[in-house]
Amino acid sequence: MSVPVAPPAETPATSRQPAYRRVFGGSYSLAAQGEPALWVCAAGLVVCLTMIVGLLALVLLQGSFTFWPLPLTELETRDGKRHLGEFTREETFTMGFAALATLEETEREAAERLLCPALRRYLQRLVENDRLEPAMQEAAKQAAGLLERALLEIPAVASATPAEQRRMRAELQSLWRERRSEYRRRLLDRLRESLERSDDALLELLRGIEAKYQSWLGQSDPSQVMASLRDDDATAFAVWSRPVLQLLAVDVRIPVRRRLLRIGNYELTNEHFRWIADYQIVPGSEHHPQWAAIFERIAWGRFYGIPKELWVGDERVAVGPQQTWLAFERHHPAVRKRWREIRHIEKHVIGEINRKMEAARLSLRRLELDLQRRLGRTDVRETPQFRHAQAEFDETEKRLNEAFRQAQQNIERLRAENAGFRLVVTTAEGDDHSLQLADIVRAYTANRLTRREKFSVYLSRWWEFLSEEPREANSEGGVFPAIWGTVAMTLLMSVVVVPFGVLAALYLREYARSGPAISILRIAINNLAGVPSIVFGVFGLGFFCYTVGGGVDALFFPERLPAPTFGTGGLLWASLTLALLTLPVVIVATEEALAAVPRSMREGSLACGATQWQTIRNIVLPRAMPGIMTGMILAMARGAGEVAPLMLVGAVKLAPELPIDGVFPYVHLERSFMHLGFHIYDLGFQSPNSEAAKPMVFTTTLLLIVLIGVMNFFAMWLRSRLTRRFAHGQF
Amino acid sequence: MTQQPPAAVPQSPASTDGDVPQQPAFSQPRPAAAKPPLPDETRPPATSRLHRIALGEPIQAEIHDAVLREDAVLEFDHFSLWYGSKQALFDVSFPVARGKVTALIGPSGCGKSTLLRSINRMNDLIDSVRYEGDIRLNGESILGRQVDVIELRKRMGMVFQKPNPFPMSIFENVVYPLRIDGIRNRRLLKEVCEQSLRGAALWDEVKDRLHESGLGLSGGQQQRLCIARAIAGAPEVLLLDEPCSALDPIATAKIEDLINELRGEYSIVIVTHNMQQASRVSDYTALMYLGRLLEYGPTSDIFTRPHLPETNDYITGRFG
Ligand SMILES: Nc1ncnc2c1ncn2[C@@H]1O[C@H](COP(=O)(O)OP(=O)(O)O)[C@@H](O)[C@H]1O
Ligand SMILES: [Mg+2]
Repeated sequence: MSVPVAPPAETPATSRQPAYRRVFGGSYSLAAQGEPALWVCAAGLVVCLTMIVGLLALVLLQGSFTFWPLPLTELETRDGKRHLGEFTREETFTMGFAALATLEETEREAAERLLCPALRRYLQRLVENDRLEPAMQEAAKQAAGLLERALLEIPAVASATPAEQRRMRAELQSLWRERRSEYRRRLLDRLRESLERSDDALLELLRGIEAKYQSWLGQSDPSQVMASLRDDDATAFAVWSRPVLQLLAVDVRIPVRRRLLRIGNYELTNEHFRWIADYQIVPGSEHHPQWAAIFERIAWGRFYGIPKELWVGDERVAVGPQQTWLAFERHHPAVRKRWREIRHIEKHVIGEINRKMEAARLSLRRLELDLQRRLGRTDVRETPQFRHAQAEFDETEKRLNEAFRQAQQNIERLRAENAGFRLVVTTAEGDDHSLQLADIVRAYTANRLTRREKFSVYLSRWWEFLSEEPREANSEGGVFPAIWGTVAMTLLMSVVVVPFGVLAALYLREYARSGPAISILRIAINNLAGVPSIVFGVFGLGFFCYTVGGGVDALFFPERLPAPTFGTGGLLWASLTLALLTLPVVIVATEEALAAVPRSMREGSLACGATQWQTIRNIVLPRAMPGIMTGMILAMARGAGEVAPLMLVGAVKLAPELPIDGVFPYVHLERSFMHLGFHIYDLGFQSPNSEAAKPMVFTTTLLLIVLIGVMNFFAMWLRSRLTRRFAHGQF
Repeated sequence: MTQQPPAAVPQSPASTDGDVPQQPAFSQPRPAAAKPPLPDETRPPATSRLHRIALGEPIQAEIHDAVLREDAVLEFDHFSLWYGSKQALFDVSFPVARGKVTALIGPSGCGKSTLLRSINRMNDLIDSVRYEGDIRLNGESILGRQVDVIELRKRMGMVFQKPNPFPMSIFENVVYPLRIDGIRNRRLLKEVCEQSLRGAALWDEVKDRLHESGLGLSGGQQQRLCIARAIAGAPEVLLLDEPCSALDPIATAKIEDLINELRGEYSIVIVTHNMQQASRVSDYTALMYLGRLLEYGPTSDIFTRPHLPETNDYITGRFG
């Protein structure tokens, strides 16, 4: 970027230039140079694009890989355990000698081996720069303190009297004064020697020192603690050297990769995931067993193992991985079909019975309330009308109970049929575990899949995600109710907010005489856009749910009280709250669109003898429609993405029923609903299995963005159709 | 929209001439001997009349007898108009001949558009406007409280400086005046559309694309579309406010031909700043200056032997 400079002084001053130019040369003003402004604008654009594209790319990448089937890995860790699972992500952390103390014996050895070359390189560099000796001197100074502290921590010493401890420390100090120069030289020599030889030599040296030091620490006899130092030169050297080496090595750190293995089998292992660092793995133990399979279950999360046997009733129909797998694939669809039948009965048949029962109960209660009001007393149960109704109710109840028993029997029968199908699976640890086929949602032998099969698993998971209900505390299964709820709420919100917003804007722009009152109103509306959304939530809860909803309940649903119908959060109140929230967007956009309709068009219409309303209807509104649509798009995007107010006015973690379904009256405005934005919040912050929920957060976010995108795209398509009608021709 | 006299009407000082008419100016016979235009040298300083107008003195408009003999469709009667506290029209009185083309000319800002927009009361749309005096259409006042403005506007057609077709199809543009009257009869609408488009000399150009957007036409076509729209409601008076100022010469010529064809059928008032145009299309010409009528007479007289030297100056381009 070039900084504008004054033009060279020797610019030939022609007589045609204005006088000031001849005097001052050219333009001195920065603004007179176009270039810098261009660069600043471009930089602004680049920054914006980077942020937006970065965010979208993150969501897209993370979100779209969630459902891709990963290979199954089996491995053995140095603590002797075997694990089978999917590596879901990896990260690198830095490890130094200090971390070794926390490790198990076997793992420490492996980690030491990893660290040693790094230490050797580090010390060699010190040697080359002639800095090993000063570094060691420095370390030795600090090491004395460390060692005194270590001394006091030896159990035998810690229990001694203070006087005794003081004496021991003094003795230690005098001992070091005597020997430290010699030890330093000896340590230097040993180090130099092992550095020249090999990594192993260095490791050996370290281990020798460590072993002696540890055995010294482990002394149980207090008198022996000092004696062993005095008498055994090798021990004393090791005890002196150990903290020195520790300090020398404090800067030596190596990057270590660790990977997150999804191990599932929660009922056996009590964890879903486990971090595994590279040095923890027994070398060569990592492999992909051919028949290892993943079982996604209704409950308890995933199960990983190798199929062993399949049982139908008391009969073992298959043995060995291959046969078992084939048999599983043969039997599983039928079992699942029966399972879906059970679900259907539970949901629809029993649901219907419950609904009828509730309706009968409510109508009886209504009659009671009615009678109470008419007769003016509370004990109306003895009146002939009520008795008659009661008898009818009992009749209905009996009928429904019979139907319920029937349905229950059906379910029992199907359950019993399914119960016989069991799959025995061998886990990585070699234990056999039996799985009910009915509990398995999806299973595949991950390492045998071809690319095409992987893709079909991927698609089937997406389909499940889009079309099914959630399970496992929302971290598995689908989000269909949330999609449904989001769309229903957003549409209802638009239906409410657009007409009201447009009418308000019409009045403000077309009818009202401009004056202070209108200006204040306009400012108030604009400020409404800046109110935190949670405030709208609180308002919605207090006003819509409790006040209006409570009133509606008292008026129209007295028989259901004290259970609230409209007097609690629900689709209608959530939509109204969001409508209020997005009202300023619509009003401002509409006003702007109205203001942009040329005056000449209105005059043309009025001059034809049209009334103001006719002019608005025929000329102004059609012309402003694209702008109004823009307002609607913005409002929809804002409303669909809002979460905070929804938590107060009706969005729930898990809604048993959809707000719009096939049961009369089809649209259930009073029902609480699921919402994608709230679902994301729930997954991200409330999930018990946060590792499994994390990718779902991205996937759900991706879905929400796509959903908003689709709705916007539709609105934009509509807008472009409208705009094309009004496109100006050539002039 | 107030019509009562303002609290403080800028009252002109007592006339020095002493012959301010109590009746509308045009109803008084003119002094018999109209002075011929004075030669340049002998003329009193050019500032005299214009200067007096600028000072705010009332000026007797010079109205030719020929005008008064015509049957008047419109009559302005001591019509004055204020935008807020600023007076834009001063005591304008003259008749407009039925079935003829009357041109309003004058330097820009002299109130031609204001006068034109008073005829269909478009000025009512501006909050600060108030007026006094009277305008009569066929002898009936159009400024009264009891007058239905919407009905009044339906009796007039107006064409603006900038073509302003509506964002709808050509067909709908033309039949708009009928649509707002609630007429749904498809045959009638088609008939009126064709008639009006033919009347506006646009039919042949657009008859195959009546259902395309009116905004897709060229500027000249758009203006003729606006004229078609203006005549679709069968108005009594056609008001044209500089209809050609946004058009190229060829389109202008077409509009002028069209005005010539419409002559006789409609009473036309046309505002123009183009003197040649006025002389080509109009039967009568009124020259205005700073909100006042200066001279008004048959176009040929105004352009060849005006009564006032100022008119001569204006049409020969010496002021304005
Ligand atoms: N809406 C308005 N508000 C205030 N003054 C106006 C308005 N319209 C016109 N005027 C003033 O009235 C005078 C006459 O304007 P106009 O009739 O448009 O002149 P013309 O059409 O002859 O050029 C001008 O001085 C103009 O400034
Ligand atoms: Mg004008």
